[in-house]
Amino acid sequence: MRIVILTKPVPDPASGGERLLPDGRLDRANSAAVVNGNDEYVLEKALKLVAAAGEGEVILLSMAPANAPETMRKALAMGATRGVLLTDTALEGSCTWATTRVLAAALKTIDFDLVFAGVDTSDGGAGVVPAGIAALNGLPYLSYAAEIEPDASARTVRVRRISSTGYDVLEAGMPALISGTQALGEPRYPSLKGIMAARAKEITTLSLADLGIDPSTVGSAAATTRLVGSTPPPARAATRVIRETADVAAGEIVAFLADRRLI
Amino acid sequence: MGSLLVVGELAPDGTLTKLSTEVATLARALGASAGASAGSTAGSAAGSTAGSAAGASAGSAAGSAVGGILPAAGADAAAAELARFLPSVVLEAGATADANASQRAAVIAAALDGISHVLLPASPDGRDLAGALSALTGWGVLSNATGTEPSDDGPVVEQSVFGGKLITRSVFSGDHGIITVRPNTVTAEPLAAPGAVTTRQTPPVTSIAQVRVVDHIEAEGAAVSIDDARIIVAGGRGVGGPDGFGLLQDLAMALGGAVGATRAAVDSGWIPYSQQIGQTGKIVKPQLYLAMGISGAIQHKVGMQTAEAIVAVNRDPDAPLADFADIYVVGDLFDVGRALLEQLRTRSG
Repeated sequence: MRIVILTKPVPDPASGGERLLPDGRLDRANSAAVVNGNDEYVLEKALKLVAAAGEGEVILLSMAPANAPETMRKALAMGATRGVLLTDTALEGSCTWATTRVLAAALKTIDFDLVFAGVDTSDGGAGVVPAGIAALNGLPYLSYAAEIEPDASARTVRVRRISSTGYDVLEAGMPALISGTQALGEPRYPSLKGIMAARAKEITTLSLADLGIDPSTVGSAAATTRLVGSTPPPARAATRVIRETADVAAGEIVAFLADRRLI
Repeated sequence: MGSLLVVGELAPDGTLTKLSTEVATLARALGASAGASAGSTAGSAAGSTAGSAAGASAGSAAGSAVGGILPAAGADAAAAELARFLPSVVLEAGATADANASQRAAVIAAALDGISHVLLPASPDGRDLAGALSALTGWGVLSNATGTEPSDDGPVVEQSVFGGKLITRSVFSGDHGIITVRPNTVTAEPLAAPGAVTTRQTPPVTSIAQVRVVDHIEAEGAAVSIDDARIIVAGGRGVGGPDGFGLLQDLAMALGGAVGATRAAVDSGWIPYSQQIGQTGKIVKPQLYLAMGISGAIQHKVGMQTAEAIVAVNRDPDAPLADFADIYVVGDLFDVGRALLEQLRTRSG
């Protein structure tokens, strides 16, 4: 079982340091990068599936700045086998469409049975790249997975896709691309042994030239979308703190709701 | 701008989602004001009521034409519902309700003659469709719009990023684009007279990788969806267990809302993941967010801080929510919750 994990270093959402540069790109220097939260859930699932299969590897694929190996090491310490870093200064400022094309091309250089991606990322949050890669590469796309059950002998995979009233059971042939959620289960912490082992694990680098992609078709200049302005959100009204008995406090809430025409 | 195309979507029970009607209303406002000078914002963080303005001017000769497509064979009732909000709707019978995103995107891609922008719900299905459609067309995507307004450069799309810390405005570089729209961005307003529904059958694209739907499972005691709920009653660790959520359920029922939760409550198994709000759950924007026993840590805050009104009940006077709620009651969530329930029930008689 060979599983590729599409993973992205994101600014730590808990750092409070997420901000944009004047040109609209992410200011990566202002907050520490971490592995995107949803990517850790699919990585955990992939590690369990490969362990259960008794053979195979978990390969990280990331399109990121050249310093991304620092973040990738944590995922390697959790147990991923090796990493592939797609990096090129021409990629700076790429839109989701360019990201989709470049990752789709990189994926074609790797042999795999399954590709997993987090359902979205905490920085952009668009969640549209995995579906696009699947469409470009002709892979079945199974999204919002709460459970992933491959059948290696039948070369099929079943996914429980979360719906608004429960879930749908989907099935497709392998290879397939699956986006997963937190419902897949809690990711493990890297062990000391894992951290030591990660230092020796291989991270190979791919450039646009390696993929035969013209640099002028990606990056800021070729982006399909453009930031024209940004503002902080309007300040919320000051908080009214109520320290009264339950009945009085409830009465205050009811009055507030009535005033806002919510009841 | 050329014409705008709204993609409708179905709920699991086969009805049209409320969010589809909101996207239609927003598209009408965008199309109607496209010919005029820019200025009227269709939905915004400030909570405009652009919906009614759109209703009055939809179909005006000055703006862009707006139509809808519902890629779901046999969904006649849902198509008629979408046509209450759009002057014309195509029911695309070439896509079965169980078709996957790539298959439905191919059917939509075949319907883009004269269309400059496609608007979809920012739902799981809408995101899947937007990604696949972008790959098939090469058009850019601006996701999770919280408002749109016309400009000389086409639609300006407002987005809330970094968990609500920043509001950005972006445009498409070319003449085309795909926009997904968040729930509760506008209030859905039907047209004075419903539009026309036509049925079309685009041949399915057989080369696209197939995904079979093997089963639909209804969750035991399925909760009301929080996706587009007007009111959400949410609980955290302080609720203490699944029994505690019973009180929240009663409050949600009395208020006509849905029950949400923090990750801590979901991880404890008290409530399903589908109800989780926050960084790795859903981002919601209800008119009222009633937070019971929730501290409001950053991971949860990013999912709910754009709610129009926030009322919190918590024992801890120094929890983060005390800094951004409208009303913060320092007290026991069960005592205050039961008193509130009683007063709501008395009120409604």
